[in-house]
Amino acid sequence: MSLLPEELKKDFPLLSRTVRGGRDLVYLDSGATSQKPVQVLDAEREFYERHNAAPHRGAHLLAEEATEAYESARTRIATFIGGVPGEIVFTKNATEGINLVAYALSNAATFGAEAERFKVGPGDEIVVTEMEHHANLVPWQQLCQRTGATLRWFGLTDEGRLDLDELDTIINERTRLVALTHQSNVLGTVPPVQRIAARAREVGALVLLDAAQSVPHQPVDVRELGADFLVFSGHKMLGPTGIGVLWGRRELLEAMPPFITGGSMIEVVRMEGSTFMPPPQRFEAGVPMTAQAIGLGAACDYLSELGMDRVAAHEEALTAYSLERLGEIPGVRIIGPRSTEARGGAVSFTVDDIHPHDVGQVLDELGVAIRVGHHCAWPICRRFGIPATTRATFYVYNDLADVDALAEGVRKAQKFFGTA
Amino acid sequence: MQLEAMYQEVILDHYRNPHNKGLREPYEGEAHHVNPTCGDEVTLRVHLDGAGQDATVADVSYDAMGCSISQASASVMTELIIGKPVKEAMAIGDEFLALMQSRGEGEPNEDVLEDAVAFTGVSKYPARIKCALLAWMAWKDATARALGEAS
Repeated sequence: MSLLPEELKKDFPLLSRTVRGGRDLVYLDSGATSQKPVQVLDAEREFYERHNAAPHRGAHLLAEEATEAYESARTRIATFIGGVPGEIVFTKNATEGINLVAYALSNAATFGAEAERFKVGPGDEIVVTEMEHHANLVPWQQLCQRTGATLRWFGLTDEGRLDLDELDTIINERTRLVALTHQSNVLGTVPPVQRIAARAREVGALVLLDAAQSVPHQPVDVRELGADFLVFSGHKMLGPTGIGVLWGRRELLEAMPPFITGGSMIEVVRMEGSTFMPPPQRFEAGVPMTAQAIGLGAACDYLSELGMDRVAAHEEALTAYSLERLGEIPGVRIIGPRSTEARGGAVSFTVDDIHPHDVGQVLDELGVAIRVGHHCAWPICRRFGIPATTRATFYVYNDLADVDALAEGVRKAQKFFGTA
Repeated sequence: MQLEAMYQEVILDHYRNPHNKGLREPYEGEAHHVNPTCGDEVTLRVHLDGAGQDATVADVSYDAMGCSISQASASVMTELIIGKPVKEAMAIGDEFLALMQSRGEGEPNEDVLEDAVAFTGVSKYPARIKCALLAWMAWKDATARALGEAS
């Protein structure tokens, strides 16, 4: 068991507040959004108090400082995932990053020869999985609708793993892009990304990874994954809301049409038409989320200082303990892998004869904040024949006592509803 | 604990033994509503006696999947409105909607709402109000269809 020091909880002011009748807060919903350490809050505040200006515009001192702070954040975030700054595009969140790529693909039809390789149309196929968050499913459904391409997907095994029996059939010569999660936000499953990416490479398909649940929780090196694009959100990794990242291989970003257009992404503008900046600026129209990017930079510093290996080990210990504590409760069914093998820290479960909403209500009353519902991944619930699940997710500030509070709360719910 | 205030015995009873559940014929209007945040679903049918403003609710049948609050609310609703003139049933629905929007401050009119006053505590929890209203909204929709008012 390798846990992070408990003192770090003191870095998170919100965690010391009480809820529902003065109870201590047990926050087990970091998969939805994480809490923020003072280091991140201070970085944002300091920017607003000392350096606030629009980056990449103007020649005054503040504009210089703002530009430097913004670009320094980009560099540190790039380093955090093993990339280089020119491959880091700031977006609103992971969802926008995925939409950026999906729209670049359909915009390719009218963007000239350099974008030819991104064109999709009838006869082409986009591949996803049944465990995707809606953010990595709906944009591809929409892309297929706009272009006439066909959507295909990998199903799931009963254990909540990807069913890859037909890997070579589902990913084939017609496949243009494979979009999949790097860690399921419901099941916790970590799919064999490298194996899938290798098959995609064989047929010349692009690979996009939804890393919203992996980058915050495990060491990620974009060079090792075999992906072409990778997206994540700042707010799930101790950073602010309103900032996300699209990482893309440089040569791809260079050939890709823009998604959102406007100021600061242009090279030359005439009434008749415009030309665009190279990436990443090409994809960052308008005054960017500067303080948020700086906050995310500070979050990466914070996580790097802890060490992502230690963060992953900490969460693995919590996951193992919660699988054990929840698994031993009669009537509780874990939805997803029962071991920590190729698995992250999202632990979803059902409780016999109690709807997740009602389980959540009892837990909330006890000060335990968990997520109930389909977690923006409705097809998973359909696959397992359940209306919804209760989900606990962990982060650096959680400890074993939090898991105990969760297990105890589930037993209390069973008692309250008379099912145990 | 506030739980008892929310999960009144009436609610738990209706949850465990829902009244009027199951889809039946005949019906003139049907609606399917979902709560997209949690995936709760209800399919609801309305059978009317008579036409227009003078119609009476002859039957309300439904198939639903969801939490105790949404299931109990559907059951209580059918008990309240079956046999009533549509006009009166709509007024009860409006009264219930007002109670749900009262953030726990509402004074429930027991003469009108009967068992549905048990949901007063639910109105303190913004995340659960939609659960209590799901069947009511489906009923309004299905009734509008039955009356030929649906767009």
